[in-house]
This record gives sequence, C-alpha cells and structure tokens, in this order.
Amino acid sequence: MKEIKNINTKEIIEQSKIKSYKNDVKKTPYMDYVFNVSPKSSHFKNLFWAYFVGGLICALGQIIIDLLVQNGIEDKVASVFASCILVALAACATGLGIYDKLGRFAGAGSTVPITGFSNAMVAPAIEFRSEGMIYGLGAKMFTVAGPVVVNGVVISCAIAIIHLLLGV
Amino acid sequence: MQKQMGKQTLVFNNVFVKEGFSVAGPKEKHGLLGDCFDFCLDDDKFGEKSFEKAECKMFKFAIDGVLNKANLQPDQIETMLGGDLLNQIVSVSFAMRAYNSSFLGLYNACGTFAESLLVGSCLIDGGYKNNIVCISGSHFSTAERQYRYPLELGVLRSPVTQWTATGSGASILSKDKMGAICQITKGVAGRVVDLGIKDVNNMGAAMAPAACDTIVQFFNDTNEKIQNYDAVFTGDLGKLGKKILTDLLKDNDLCFEDKLFDCGAMLYKQEQQTFQGGSGAACSAIVFNSFILNKFKEKQYKKILLAGTGALLSPLTSFQGESVPCIAHCLEVCSCC
Repeated sequence: MKEIKNINTKEIIEQSKIKSYKNDVKKTPYMDYVFNVSPKSSHFKNLFWAYFVGGLICALGQIIIDLLVQNGIEDKVASVFASCILVALAACATGLGIYDKLGRFAGAGSTVPITGFSNAMVAPAIEFRSEGMIYGLGAKMFTVAGPVVVNGVVISCAIAIIHLLLGV
Repeated sequence: MQKQMGKQTLVFNNVFVKEGFSVAGPKEKHGLLGDCFDFCLDDDKFGEKSFEKAECKMFKFAIDGVLNKANLQPDQIETMLGGDLLNQIVSVSFAMRAYNSSFLGLYNACGTFAESLLVGSCLIDGGYKNNIVCISGSHFSTAERQYRYPLELGVLRSPVTQWTATGSGASILSKDKMGAICQITKGVAGRVVDLGIKDVNNMGAAMAPAACDTIVQFFNDTNEKIQNYDAVFTGDLGKLGKKILTDLLKDNDLCFEDKLFDCGAMLYKQEQQTFQGGSGAACSAIVFNSFILNKFKEKQYKKILLAGTGALLSPLTSFQGESVPCIAHCLEVCSCC
C-alpha cells in the first residue's frame, strides 16, 4: 500500500459527500484518494496465468482433435466432437469444485475458451438447484451465460447485415 | 439521570452483557481466532439441505447456546433483536419461529450487530425490558449468491475484496448486574455517509468514512480521552479500510495507533487468501461474543469501543450505477466494576 503524504483527508471528505438522492456523481476526490491507496492487481502475473492456462486448454482441444482424426474421423466433425468433450470435461470439473479454483488465478484464461462457457452454465445450475427444477435451475441457469448468448446473436446479426450491404 | 451527551451520544446506566455465544464456520475455525469460538461448523451446510437453512439453524444454535450458557429459559427472554444479510432478513426471522419472545428484525448490513446492541440497550435502560437477546450473523455461501456470483463460477477476485464470514453471534443484555461480563455505557447511532465509492468490491474504503464520522462524533460529544480505552474495534473494514480509517482519524486529531482493531481483518490468516480479510454481519458478532468478551472475563480490558460498520447497498442499486451509502454505530463497553 502506497503512503500518501501531505493530504488532508478532512477536506477530501467534505468535498466528496453525496447528499442528494439523485446520485449522478462521476468522480469525487475521495474516489481518487482510494484509488491511490488501494493495492493493484499484478498485470504481469495475471497475464501470464491467463495465457498459460488458456493455452493449455486450447492445446488439450488440439490434442483431442488430432486423436480423433487419427482414428478416422473427418476434420470438421472432429472439431465439433472436441468442443463437446471440452464442455463435458469443464462441466465435470465445475461439479467437482476444481474449475472455480482454476478461475481464481487464471482469470480470462479459463473464462474465454469454450470451457468457461460450460462453467458459466453449470455453476448457476448447481447453485440454484435448491429453488427447484423450473424456477431455480431452469430460470437461473443463464444468469451468467445469458448475456454472452444475447450479445453473440446481436453482434452476429449486425455483422451479417454489414456483410450483406457491402457484398464482400 | 443524564440520558444524552452532546449531539448524538446516548448514555446507558443499567445495561449489562450477561453472556455471549459465537458460532463460526469452517474457514473461521482455521483462522486466527479459531480457538476463541464456542462452536465451529465442520461442514458449512450444517447438515441441512440448503445454505439458507444452514444459516437459519446457525442462528437457532447461537440463541440456544447463549441461553444455556447464561442458565436462562427461553421464556425469560422478552425480546429478541437481530438481522442478517439476506433479502427480507429471512434467516433470523425464520429462526424466530422456535421462540415465543417478541422479535424486532433489524437491518444495517454488517453493522446490524452494533445496531441490535444499541436498540437493546435503549429498551433495557428505558425500563421496558429485563432480558434481551441480540443476534446477528451471515453465511458466505448465501451472501455470495445474493450479492455476487454462483460459488462454482471461476472468476478472478480483485485484491481489494473481502471474504464474507460465516457465523453468528448472540449476546444477552440484561438490567440485572448479577453475573454480568461487562456493561454498555454509551452508544452513538451513526449517520449515513456516502463519498461516492461505486466499486462494490471495495467495501472497506466505502465504509471507513462512516466509521470515522461516528467515532469522531463520539469523542466530540463525550470529551473522552483515547488513553482511557484499551481498544477500538471496527466491524468489517478489512485491512485496507482499517488503513484508510487510521488516516482519516489522524486528520481529525484522533490517533489510536496500535489500539485500533478490525474484527474482519483479524479473522483470517494470510494464507487463507481472503485478501483484505473478512466482511459480513458475522464479523463483529462473532468477534464480540468470543474474543472481546473473553478479554473482559480475563480482566484484560476495562473499556473499549465497538463500531459496527455497514454498507447499505443491494445488487440492484449497484447495477443501476449508484454509489454505496454506509453507516456505523458505536458502543462504549466497560467492565462491570
């Protein structure tokens, strides 16, 4: 934690107090002060683990594809199978409580690959099972993955329209 | 008799803490204060089907435990006060099905325990009640799903986050001095302070100014000297919040140095990876009912301050872009003699 000298926090507090119910303040002096004293996450460490774990997951996918192709499965079908196998593995790892431990240090390395999507579906499904199959599991399963699906569809449509207009 | 000092400080003359009982979760058991707690769960589901049921059972267990310790029957308790972190404070309310006492549900987020002691003290000193149970607590797994993400979701945690503590603490307040551990002599009901912090991970920074406001108000109202206090405990500011509070208090000419403790920051060991320490309504409740009361029993403490801090937000308001309003209630606790 950094030491900040010669700052009178009394003034900072007076200037930062929010008194209105209409809270549309973008930045207060106290927010700057807190930003300066708060510990920062280590970008180097986070990037390293994200690339390392993300790379491992992708390599695993490639190994599965190669094995399938060797056993006489068509290229295109093999990659679909590999995705399915990775999703199933990640779902099992989530259920066994391994995937959240991985995500705690790998960050985007474990959320961006298709395994992260599986984790984002299975985790709420386990969590909200206690509220029943329909209002719990059924309704809450997409709380984390839902935005990904919606945005994916919207952006795909937008790109398709651009493609159509430009005729590329 | 004088009932108020200055602007906000209430004075209590006959409020005694008879007994306390603390129930803590498995992570807290392996933490720094593991030996202090009366009972620790080995499994955070406590043999129940859901975490919510486990939390409810924890409250019941704490109330039964404190009654047992104080040798009181449930019908000798006239009122119970308390709250938890869940929506509509369901855990405490559901636990109350088992008792015939009247019940006042309270909510000030993590400051609920201090709030319940404050309200309880008013009821006893006002002559309305003889025995009151004050209870508060939280559960990591229930709070996490309500405020953050599902447990099994792999996410990177920010280094400013805290860990919601699992546990519940119950105290019996009584007007009867016989067999009391300590007494509550003064209290300050805090004001809501909001300095615009929007980062819901950084609760300590959001709550520190509220704690500062209440503590400064207490010293202004009472003209007490810091030397007279053995310790000042804040609720769940965490390590970062405690550091900010130290700076804020210093600029208000209050320097506690090594007398300032934070219940959340003292719960866990470094290797338990809770980053800034514990948070949640359980922190001040379990630390008060174990560590602090033990110190009074061993006569190591004569006079302390307990400032319970609470961040009054919901996931809804933070998604709407609101900042985090915070509150702190402060109590002066003295030994009986």
